[in-house]
Amino acid sequence: MGDYRVLLVDDEEELVSTIVERLSYRGFESDYAINGQTALQKLREQQFDIVVIDLKLPGMSGNELINTISMAYPNLPILMVTGHGAGDSPAGAHPDGIFELMLKPLDISELVSKMREAIGAQERRHK
Amino acid sequence: MSESQEEKQLSLGKRGRLPRYRGLYRNLITLPLLAALIPLGIMAVMNYRQDAAAYRAENQYMISRLLSNTKRSLQFAVEERRALLSLIARGSTRQELSSETRLMAILRDLRESFGDFVDLGLIGSDGLQTYYAGPYDLKGVDYSEQPWFHEVSLRRNYVSDVFMGYRHLPHFVVAVAREVGDSDFYILRATIDTELLMRQIYSAELNEDTDAFVVNSQGVLQTASAFYGSVLDTVGFPIPPHIRERETITEQEDLTGQALAVGFAYVEETPFILVAASRLQPVFQHWFYQRSYVIWFLMVSAAGILIVVTVRARHIIQRLKEADIQRARIFHNVEYTNKMATLGRLAAGVAHEINNPLAIINEKAGLLEDIALHTENFPNRDKTLGSVEVITKSVERCSRVTRRLLGFGKRMDAVKEQIDLVALINDVLEFQRTEASHRSIKIEVEADRDIPLIESDRGQLQQVCLNLVSNAYAAVPDGGWIGIEIRQLSPTEVAVSISDNGSGISEADQKNIFEPFFSTKGKAGTGLGLSITRDLVEQLGGLIEVSSEPGKGTTFTVNLPIQKVS
Repeated sequence: MGDYRVLLVDDEEELVSTIVERLSYRGFESDYAINGQTALQKLREQQFDIVVIDLKLPGMSGNELINTISMAYPNLPILMVTGHGAGDSPAGAHPDGIFELMLKPLDISELVSKMREAIGAQERRHK
Repeated sequence: MSESQEEKQLSLGKRGRLPRYRGLYRNLITLPLLAALIPLGIMAVMNYRQDAAAYRAENQYMISRLLSNTKRSLQFAVEERRALLSLIARGSTRQELSSETRLMAILRDLRESFGDFVDLGLIGSDGLQTYYAGPYDLKGVDYSEQPWFHEVSLRRNYVSDVFMGYRHLPHFVVAVAREVGDSDFYILRATIDTELLMRQIYSAELNEDTDAFVVNSQGVLQTASAFYGSVLDTVGFPIPPHIRERETITEQEDLTGQALAVGFAYVEETPFILVAASRLQPVFQHWFYQRSYVIWFLMVSAAGILIVVTVRARHIIQRLKEADIQRARIFHNVEYTNKMATLGRLAAGVAHEINNPLAIINEKAGLLEDIALHTENFPNRDKTLGSVEVITKSVERCSRVTRRLLGFGKRMDAVKEQIDLVALINDVLEFQRTEASHRSIKIEVEADRDIPLIESDRGQLQQVCLNLVSNAYAAVPDGGWIGIEIRQLSPTEVAVSISDNGSGISEADQKNIFEPFFSTKGKAGTGLGLSITRDLVEQLGGLIEVSSEPGKGTTFTVNLPIQKVS
């Protein structure tokens, strides 16, 4: 099993950099972006297996970013994270299986299993 | 008026009877009543006055008529006697009269014709009664020192006051003087029975409320009076001055204190004053009898007005009260909604602000754990991992709170949704968990297994539960107990019971406890909480009941339909 590459998008750099470091202990090679533009740029430059996006972002919102990414990279699984309570859901329709909503604060093992699940589902679909 | 003042005022009265409404009620009754009854009263008084005046006038007219008729008869009777004496004196010479036999014959003739003559005497200018015919032995009596003798000498005729004669019969004297030559004269004197006067009075046909009698100028009765006594008694009221000039009518009291209208008329050429008296029935009594239909009309009108005004006032007060209650409810609801919206916004803000640092703490702790696990010979690894676990657990606790806060604020607007009652109750209890632990109140939640989701309005249901739980908190002492049971009663109905072991509610208060403005908390409560709670429960298609035992505690049970009906 090769390392998966993860792009984390969250405006809280302290948080997102820590998650990147923690994921490295769990077989993920990760990078992060603190806004939508940086994220899109990194997606253009590098290959990622999954993107994890906080819905609350400065500038381009999480929802806009998701829409842009899912159009540009239709096969790229996306995980959404929110600090809001249940009942908050992203606007717009997204294909099943690609999106999963997670609540902050994250449980790292839950994040890992959700990512593996999403990547696995994507790989099965691809095959 | 601010809202809190409003509520304070509404909650001032106990058990729904408010002084504010009482004052208004009094005004609503008093003013129209005065407006209607004062003109009625004025009308009645005017009618009374007119009637009283008419009654007096009638009475005076009656007296006046009696006076003039009787006076004329009296005057005529006395005048007639005097004229007779005068005629006798002129028709005979002194010599002819100077004979007892002759006098006796004349007396007999007079008695036969007129009947009232008692005796007859001839008196010389020296005052000696030289000849006398009559029942007494009066021959030779000297009258020269008597005042009447002087008067008759001067005025040539004389009528005396009534006096008691020798046989104790009242008499009066009529005397005339006949001049003889230039300087001499003689007097013919007759005593006349007062029967003469009485007869004139009787002829007036008096009734029992009327009296007529004769007095002299000193107020001494000359004839017997029905109201003032017998002959020669004094009447006890003053004779009006100037009575010789004009007839006078006054009001007097008789011996028993009854009011009389009394008229006086002077009988000319005599010492007599004719008095006619008529009992004045109390004027009010007279009016009352005469005008009883007016009185009835007044009373019936007054009663009618009173009834209409009272019923109308009650109606208005009732409407006003209802409007006040409605308004108070709206205020209360608005206040509640505002409170919840503010709370929701505040909660969301707090949750957002806290969530990010919490997430960082969480991840940093996780990183520390990762490093401790993956670094060989990490010093104090177990202690570190223990600390990390505590940090993670604490973060988890914090995030539970923030999620609940977010959830509570956000769910306000939902109207109809599937609700997990047990979760909702727990949310509500969360708000007062701090108070529970501060006051060492034990809270037990017991639910049937598999309580179905119910279709209801979350906001309203939260308010109902919050109100009942707050009441329970208020009812229990520190260290008390609050129990909440959630049961499925039937396939269509669930019940939430909120019990406490507080002081309980008396049976009398239980009947009123859902009434608006009823409060057992005194000024602390608006008296609206339970009323609104009941309204909300009814809006949700449910039912609320209370059972309580004073000293043991209270249970409020809310039955709710699983499917919302409306």
